[in-house]
Amino acid sequence: MSHQSNSTDGYLDMGLLRFTTAGSVDDGKSTLIGRLLYDSKAIFEDQLEAIETTSKQRGDENVNLALLTDGLRAEREQGITIDVAYRYFATPRRKFIIADTPGHIQYTRNMVTGASTANLAIILVDARKGVIEQTCRHSFIANLLRIQHVVIAVNKMDLVDWSEDVFKRIKRDFTKFASRLDNMVEVSFIPISALVGDNVVEKSERMPWYQGPSLLYHLETVYMGPDENHVDARFPIQWVIRPHSDEYHDFRGYAGRVAGGVFKPEDEVVVMPSGFNAKVKAIHTMDGELEEAFAPLSVTLTLDREIDISRGDMLVKANRPPKCDQDLEAMICWFSEKPMNSRGKFIIRHTTKETKAVVKDVKYKVDINSLHKIEDDLEFKLNDIGRISLRTAAPLCYDSYSKNRTTGSFVLIDAFTNETVAAGMMI
Amino acid sequence: MPDYTLTHLHQLESEAIFILRETAAQFERPVLMFSGGKDSILMAYLAKKAFWPAKLPFPLLHVDTGHNFKETIEFRDRLVADTGAHLVVASVQKAIDEGRVVEEKGPNASRNALQIQALLDCLEEGQYDAALGGGRRDEEKARAKERFFSHRDEFGQWDPKNQRPELWNVFNGRMSHGEHFRVFPLSNWTEMDVWQYIKLEGIELPSLYFAHERDVVVRNGVILAVSEFVEPRDSEVVEKRLVRFRTMGDATITGAVDSNADTLEAIIEEVAAARETERGNRADDKRSESAMEDRKKQGYF
Repeated sequence: MSHQSNSTDGYLDMGLLRFTTAGSVDDGKSTLIGRLLYDSKAIFEDQLEAIETTSKQRGDENVNLALLTDGLRAEREQGITIDVAYRYFATPRRKFIIADTPGHIQYTRNMVTGASTANLAIILVDARKGVIEQTCRHSFIANLLRIQHVVIAVNKMDLVDWSEDVFKRIKRDFTKFASRLDNMVEVSFIPISALVGDNVVEKSERMPWYQGPSLLYHLETVYMGPDENHVDARFPIQWVIRPHSDEYHDFRGYAGRVAGGVFKPEDEVVVMPSGFNAKVKAIHTMDGELEEAFAPLSVTLTLDREIDISRGDMLVKANRPPKCDQDLEAMICWFSEKPMNSRGKFIIRHTTKETKAVVKDVKYKVDINSLHKIEDDLEFKLNDIGRISLRTAAPLCYDSYSKNRTTGSFVLIDAFTNETVAAGMMI
Repeated sequence: MPDYTLTHLHQLESEAIFILRETAAQFERPVLMFSGGKDSILMAYLAKKAFWPAKLPFPLLHVDTGHNFKETIEFRDRLVADTGAHLVVASVQKAIDEGRVVEEKGPNASRNALQIQALLDCLEEGQYDAALGGGRRDEEKARAKERFFSHRDEFGQWDPKNQRPELWNVFNGRMSHGEHFRVFPLSNWTEMDVWQYIKLEGIELPSLYFAHERDVVVRNGVILAVSEFVEPRDSEVVEKRLVRFRTMGDATITGAVDSNADTLEAIIEEVAAARETERGNRADDKRSESAMEDRKKQGYF
């Protein structure tokens, strides 16, 4: 069975699914990804030769599929994955982008990063170990980043004699825990063996008690629903296009990527934060004008009147405006080795806008293993997650993250080192 | 409810345009690195889309090893005229002549390493703070962790352990004096995506990509085109073969493949069936398993 899509016609209709993978050390995550790439024929001969050679040198029994994804030399030497890596494969139904994130305790920030662009999360559970602290942590992060579709892949079924009881117990334990995670719309459980391939691409014959799909079939067919918000119109301005040419002498176009809702010519829009009104004149692309623009299309809008608009402003519709405020509440994940200076000033980047921000208050941190609030230690250290209040130098027009992942997210930047020190989600 | 879904190619297009515009907006002096290969041709095409009907708000930078296929240069000059972009050439030959770099010796000498210096010198001279490249994460293992906005220190080096996390579509292009960024709008494209998009949009490519007859020699398993830069050695036999190129690089190291694919459709068929990655034919990556990672750390694109 070939999963490489050859025909051009099919290729042009393919959808895109971005997913992230999380698992503890030795849960077999790299092996699973290697297996997906290998069985879907996304691996080339020279890559396979390279890992065969390396496997032999290291004395591995089989070809070590995990080597396919351990990219950097430091990782190969230490045998662990230390950063988010992106992998690609396609089947005739969908193209997939995998954000492969490490499971080490100290690398929460990588998992947050990988989850931020994902529509689905695969969380690996070792069948022998069951639902452990790290499983809960990974699920919490997936939920925090608003990944609505979660697959619990119960791996290493070969090591528990393909036992239905083991699988059922894990399912029960996780379901109990997940009742507290409100963003998960759909959780699926699939028993697999990444090492030998059962239920990864092909359905297993050794687990007749399992009636569901293989993992790949699930990824190919899971209904994603409207992951973008197509209701609240949001158009952050990235760049103003002024050609200064004879042909387009008076052209003044606002370039950006639609972050929500639908824009059409003649639509009444409001420029935020100034509050001026205008009508959309046309939606331009190099290929001609469009009838409508929706997320995540990159387009250029012209308006029916001259208003002073620049990068960082946002076009919205009056019936469903965003919040526009200098004071905001957010959940953040701290990314820096250096703890947060609670009196510190930061640069905040939100959509295409950049301004200064100060932390006004730390409300609480979350113990991501127990999901309990921590209120007696409020210093944010690397990988800490919690809720803060911010005040910004200029008003930000935003939505809550639960409504819109683009207009509800931001990063904090250290003004001195220019490092990205935190990821934030508006409440 | 209408169907507001985009095919994956249109999502990739939209993402690349977004990154190109962010680059223009966040940096003072960006530049688009143009090698003449299909990825950089695609980049120039997407840049045209991103800023249409205005011209590109940044110049094209060609790192010229001096070992060019003539088709590449002709094509480059036509593209420059078409986009109205300004062209900057960083010449490796000039760097050698001025003594800034020393050419490798020996039978397998390549100018690949010298490109790094020519590029860095040019970026410094032009005070370019962001260099847009056509690199893709699927090309090579070391690239799988590359960022869209890849930070380089004042020596132009890439530190894989000290890259900024990138979340959602928020990109942090802030830097200190002397540092710069490499920006990769095609990060999420695969080779197949590039070909399918080129076909979908009818983008013109240099003739070298299509099967043609040419005099070649086989050296270390790589099929090299005979030219003023690649002269057959004693034991080598010059053959006329039907070949095409899968990447456009320095003529001394870019290998051809046996192929009769003379149309985009045929190339796509070939790519779909291919069992070897594009870079498999580049002699420079064969030097060691970590060759790419080492070159990136030094500032290779």
